[in-house]
Amino acid sequence: MNEAIVEAEAPMNDIVIEAKRLKKRYGEFAAVDGIDLSIRRGEIFGLLGPNGAGKTTTILMLMGLTEVTAGRLTVNGFDPVREPLEVKRHVGYLPDSVGFYDYLTAEQNLRYTARLAGIPRDEIDERIGEALAQVGLESVARKKTGAFSHGMRQRLGLAEVLMKKAEIAILDEPTSGLDPQATFEFLELIRGLKAQGLTVLLSSHLLDRVQAVCDRVALFNRGKIALQGTVMELSAAVLGAGFNLAITVRNADPARLLNGIPGLTRVIDDGDGEYRVVADRDVRAAVARSLIAGGATLLKFDALEPSLDSLYRDFFERQEGGGRIGEGTHGEA
Amino acid sequence: MAKRRGSPWTGLGAIFLKEFADHLGGARMMILEWLMLLTGVGAVYTAIQDLRQTTSEDPFLFLRLFTQGHDPLPSFTGILGFLIPLIAIGLAFDSINGEFNRRTMSRVLAQPIYRDALLLGKFLAGLSTLAVALLALWLLVMGLGLVTLGVPPTGEEVLRGIAFLIVAIAYGGVWLAAALLFSVVFRSPATSALSGLGLWLLMSVLWPLLTRFLTQALFASQSAALMGGQSLQQIEVQQGLARLSPDTLFGEAMLGILHPATRALGPVFLDQLQNAILGAPLPLTQSLLLIWPQLTGLVAGAILLFVVTYVIFQRQEVRA
Repeated sequence: MNEAIVEAEAPMNDIVIEAKRLKKRYGEFAAVDGIDLSIRRGEIFGLLGPNGAGKTTTILMLMGLTEVTAGRLTVNGFDPVREPLEVKRHVGYLPDSVGFYDYLTAEQNLRYTARLAGIPRDEIDERIGEALAQVGLESVARKKTGAFSHGMRQRLGLAEVLMKKAEIAILDEPTSGLDPQATFEFLELIRGLKAQGLTVLLSSHLLDRVQAVCDRVALFNRGKIALQGTVMELSAAVLGAGFNLAITVRNADPARLLNGIPGLTRVIDDGDGEYRVVADRDVRAAVARSLIAGGATLLKFDALEPSLDSLYRDFFERQEGGGRIGEGTHGEA
Repeated sequence: MAKRRGSPWTGLGAIFLKEFADHLGGARMMILEWLMLLTGVGAVYTAIQDLRQTTSEDPFLFLRLFTQGHDPLPSFTGILGFLIPLIAIGLAFDSINGEFNRRTMSRVLAQPIYRDALLLGKFLAGLSTLAVALLALWLLVMGLGLVTLGVPPTGEEVLRGIAFLIVAIAYGGVWLAAALLFSVVFRSPATSALSGLGLWLLMSVLWPLLTRFLTQALFASQSAALMGGQSLQQIEVQQGLARLSPDTLFGEAMLGILHPATRALGPVFLDQLQNAILGAPLPLTQSLLLIWPQLTGLVAGAILLFVVTYVIFQRQEVRA
């Protein structure tokens, strides 16, 4: 097994979610197959991977909403199997495409959850008001949620997490189905959670969209965590380098021209004159010089942030030629 | 299996109040209430027309309000026997699968509550709604009786009326638990409602026929058939089978409590009737004793169905 887990140092008492050899089987099918996770207080951690890779199942186990087949799990110091109420008291959960009671207003929906969560009666109104203001829904507080758009529902779900004053927020596919603008705004809200000191665990199958907010990520593939660490660490682990260039050239073969530049590791042909240049240091000047000197028509020259999407693809293509993004071997309804 | 910590009743009150408010304010309950009101009042009104002629002859005039039928309408209890299951199914057929379909289930269960509270809260809210509706209807019937008959009910009549109310609520509980079970088993509310209504038809219309055929098949070869009658054993088996249906239990209990002259709900031998004054009413306590098995049967049925529902619901995956 090629586990390239990049561990960084952290004091043990700052770990709020820890899983050891966590397993979940549905009959013969192993939805989660022995994963190790440790999430530190105050970080944004991303569970990334295609549909059916085991992300939602992992989250349900963390919440104590489904049985654990094997392995050890602690969330905020509690065991979700034995003490689910304690876990749920301190953890806010935004499920995948969250639903509300359509015939109730946003405020009434939150009030019901507040009662279930056992929030003291005299605090409920104030907390609901604050939470709705924070996600920008105060103007529709008294509107029925039946008329809410998908984006508004997601934000209302986040307001519920805020209202609970949870220490950990677990968000399952929070941006799926949102338009780019709404996604951007929602990710800003998630950053806001971190600023308030919450630990955020979010899952997504859209790697590129969420990599920007995540401090660390775990890449899921078929019930296992293939890679874990910061995006830069993963990039170094997979590509062996941290510097990417995207270039578009005509009338030349960059692979030949760039051969021999110190620090350059690979030139990947993406077709149609587009190439990716991978290096372990800043090679921009040398690359540009060589290309021009070689008589190439340089149409585009871009320094790239390492992209999780391409990392993931590269990693699994090299491993087995399968498990690509969006392949989804098992439905995740 | 490790023991879980925390009270299973956490959040029960919140769930009960919300579901209760939903039922009382919902359009569905409004329709059911009007249906019950119109048919109920219709039946009582026709009964009153009949009773006006016999006011002075009957010691239990008020009870006749519940039991007097007049073509084409059945009696008030007959109508309730039909309508209570309908209302109970209408209240509960989408209570659990509805939460899944609205995608509110995982959000609700992510709060610090156990599933026990969710299921029990929904059941109790449905039962309370049913009880409120029945109580209102009962008071209405009593009021109508007071106004039109001009005779106040006796203490015993009121007590028998209350016993009737309790039996009716227990009967509703059975159907509520059955509908709740279907709402857990079937993910589609339409399938769940259809199964509930199917069971209701089976129990109220087909079951009496089926029990007769079954016992006839069982005792076909026996000598009693040769003598042209049914053996005692055959009658008892048939009655036992019939009592598996809550409708039978409800009907028998109504008979026992609202017709004080009823002395037995099974076969009676001629020698048992020696020295009995036929038509003389039993005291209330004896009538209650007579219907006690029926009432406990209904309550036990409701509990049994609820337990089955509970076990299935506990094992269900949260993710749809």
